[in-house]
Amino acid sequence: MSPKASLSIAIAGSGGAGALTVGNLILEAASAAGWQGLLTRTVGPQIRGGEAAALIRLAAGPVECMPDQFDLLVGIDWLNAHRFGSEIPLGPDSLVIGDPRGGDRPDNFAQSGARIVDIPMKEMAKAIPDGRPNMIALGIAGQLIGIGEEALDRLIEKQLAGKGQLAIDSSRAALKAGYAAAAGLELGHRLPPPAARSARRWLASGNETTALGAIRGGIRFAAAYPITPATEILEWLAPALPKVGGSLLQAEDELAAINMIIGASFGGTPALTATSGPGLSLMIEALGLATAAEIPIVVIDVMRGGPSTGIPTKSEQADLNIAIYGLHGDAPHLVLAPQSVADCLFTAQWATYLAETLQAPAIVLSDQFVGQARAAIDRPADVAFIGQRARQTEFGETYKRYALAANGVSPMALPGARGGQYTADGLTHTEQGTPTSSAVDHQSQLDKRRDKLDRFAYGVHWATIEGDGDIAVITWGSLTGAAREAIDRAAHDGVNATLIAPRLLSPVQPDQFAAALKGKSRILVVEQTHGGQFHRYLRAHYELPGEVRVLNRPGPLPIKPGEIHAALTKWRT
Amino acid sequence: MSVVDLQRTCKPADYKSAVKPIWCPGCGDYHVLMSFTRAFAQLGLPPEQIAVISGIGCSSRIPAYTNCYGFHGVHGRSLAVAAGLKVTRPDLTVVVASGDGDGYSIGGNHFLHACRRNIDMTYVVMDNRVYGMTKGQPSPTTEPDFDTALSPGGTGLSPFHPLVIALASGANFIARCFSGEPNETADILVEAIRHPGFSFVEILSPCVTFRPDEKEWKSLVHPAPVATTNDPARAARRIMTDDGFNIGILYRGERRPYGPEFGAQAADLAELECEFEQ
Repeated sequence: MSPKASLSIAIAGSGGAGALTVGNLILEAASAAGWQGLLTRTVGPQIRGGEAAALIRLAAGPVECMPDQFDLLVGIDWLNAHRFGSEIPLGPDSLVIGDPRGGDRPDNFAQSGARIVDIPMKEMAKAIPDGRPNMIALGIAGQLIGIGEEALDRLIEKQLAGKGQLAIDSSRAALKAGYAAAAGLELGHRLPPPAARSARRWLASGNETTALGAIRGGIRFAAAYPITPATEILEWLAPALPKVGGSLLQAEDELAAINMIIGASFGGTPALTATSGPGLSLMIEALGLATAAEIPIVVIDVMRGGPSTGIPTKSEQADLNIAIYGLHGDAPHLVLAPQSVADCLFTAQWATYLAETLQAPAIVLSDQFVGQARAAIDRPADVAFIGQRARQTEFGETYKRYALAANGVSPMALPGARGGQYTADGLTHTEQGTPTSSAVDHQSQLDKRRDKLDRFAYGVHWATIEGDGDIAVITWGSLTGAAREAIDRAAHDGVNATLIAPRLLSPVQPDQFAAALKGKSRILVVEQTHGGQFHRYLRAHYELPGEVRVLNRPGPLPIKPGEIHAALTKWRT
Repeated sequence: MSVVDLQRTCKPADYKSAVKPIWCPGCGDYHVLMSFTRAFAQLGLPPEQIAVISGIGCSSRIPAYTNCYGFHGVHGRSLAVAAGLKVTRPDLTVVVASGDGDGYSIGGNHFLHACRRNIDMTYVVMDNRVYGMTKGQPSPTTEPDFDTALSPGGTGLSPFHPLVIALASGANFIARCFSGEPNETADILVEAIRHPGFSFVEILSPCVTFRPDEKEWKSLVHPAPVATTNDPARAARRIMTDDGFNIGILYRGERRPYGPEFGAQAADLAELECEFEQ
């Protein structure tokens, strides 16, 4: 996507000014008009108050990352705006609209060379009974983006239906005033008109699509311990699970949450918990138990800045190491990562399917960016991955729960099945499940757990592979969209690159990876970590041919498509 | 289940597996195992309908010694495993086995919340006032002057009072047993399993290896002199003032057990995505 193919708008304001409301209304109205889009919020750690900004990017096609710079910034006021100034990059083509009486405008906005226009939103709102400046801002943004006033008008009526006629009337009047105030203004470019909608349109966050994907894959029990930025997954599941015959239990801590889902799954119910880095750390011991006792579970880790409490409200990809290597002992398990809001649906569903099929724990590495971003997308296509655990219901003289099957997957007896009684155990056990310290049993059961994951055919979904240039851009998770956009732009500059983004991070797929890298002479690794965890992971498991460069940075600032684009086009051989 | 099937499973031996316990000769836990199998036989429960869940420690070895479905998990988390199982499989009889280290130290937080949550299960803690499997360290119920390599001269700490904690946290049934009285213990376990909600049964179970002094318990235990109460205030006074060797059902509450309301199976998962549709 070229920079002109999208339009990016930031709405800023102090806490309570209503910037996020404006952002949500813009996304919804633009989506109704046919555009696709992405909305992220930048908020401080305060529960109420503080600063807030809604960042919206709109385009005719899928939007999976934020832009290099914003076309429009509307500051309802500038109180505390300096705290997120660096998250709203501007340039000479940008337009900044602010209230001259809205406090001091951060210097970096003007230093960017952006055009500055004053509109007295507060004063204009005062002239309207119960008028609010954020609705003026909405009108300004709507006018400049090219959203029909009637569309926003209808949306306001719908949203404020419960708040009485005065609220509706005052908001409409403010909206109208905003449209009028911006009438003489133009942005650097207009948004191309949306294509006719061919699919049903969804408005959802990555955390919400993750939750739905998990249910579609078969999840019917969740244990919940709240943690930012994963809580929305659990809150979405709480009312949804009972509708499909499932349930959710709030746990006293993450140790309980993971053990609850292990208990549920032992009883035959596919089960999930969702957490972030600190919670995942607490769950690691029990993930080893699920590996040893071969109990399928799904753990969603919505990554945030770490270590320790880190930056709970900002994104990072630095839980890769703990997810892959954190378990003690040799403990093969599944690690997957969704690549977009839409892909959260697929990856959570596929992870559930794989966990159930392979009787192993699956960690899904989502992140704050994709989890809390709200997207206007075409409804993703349905997929057929529904967890089907191999079960045994008829039993002979001795049931071997951990029988050394050729594919490593031994059919499971569920409590209640007569003759299948066994004890699931974290101790090294025999094929029957009896504890043992025998070298032979230890080796053969470790082999079994490794082989069942290694011998499974994961198919094409293991990675996103696009293009056929001699440079490979290898990235993962929510950076996939930025890398895709950078490659697209580089192609216009005559630089051809291939995107390789593994969705399945563990077990590793050496043959498929080697095939994807065939003929590549240069590799650009892109990741959002401080220590280059993904690069080290690639080095440990795959042969990387030719020259390798790494573009890595920790959170909280996202890696922009322009940075990847520059790394590609400036790479002279 | 037919009558013939019931008769077939009504002998204690039917609930015992062929796995040989690792416990020391004379360990109180052998008797607890005997009480388990007798209680299950008295209840006439098919063994496959019972799940015995445990953590780590000598007592936590018990699931594999039964012929029920068993779960031997990580240290201290048995109650959480049991909660997930029982909520999703209310048809099963869930019995949780633990010890004073597993249950009161590393698993202490789960104990509080399991009492409070009141899911229908029976929690059996074999209390020998010592970490046996790791060879003799003080546990939360160990006396303050018990001299060990890890606590030379004793911990100097007041012992944890599990029955009081259980009562304060909302347990719906509280009993104390002595492993040396397997028939009486089996009778109490039957009552505990039948009682709706979270039933807590503390079994004094001597460790003959690291606490040979506990052989004396046999002469110290005595039946509780008064009838079971459903009044928490009365139960609290009795439990806090007794000599710690009062055997019997000390509290029987009337709280409604926790259970999620399962919705009817939706005709179509498509209903769930309605809120995404624009």
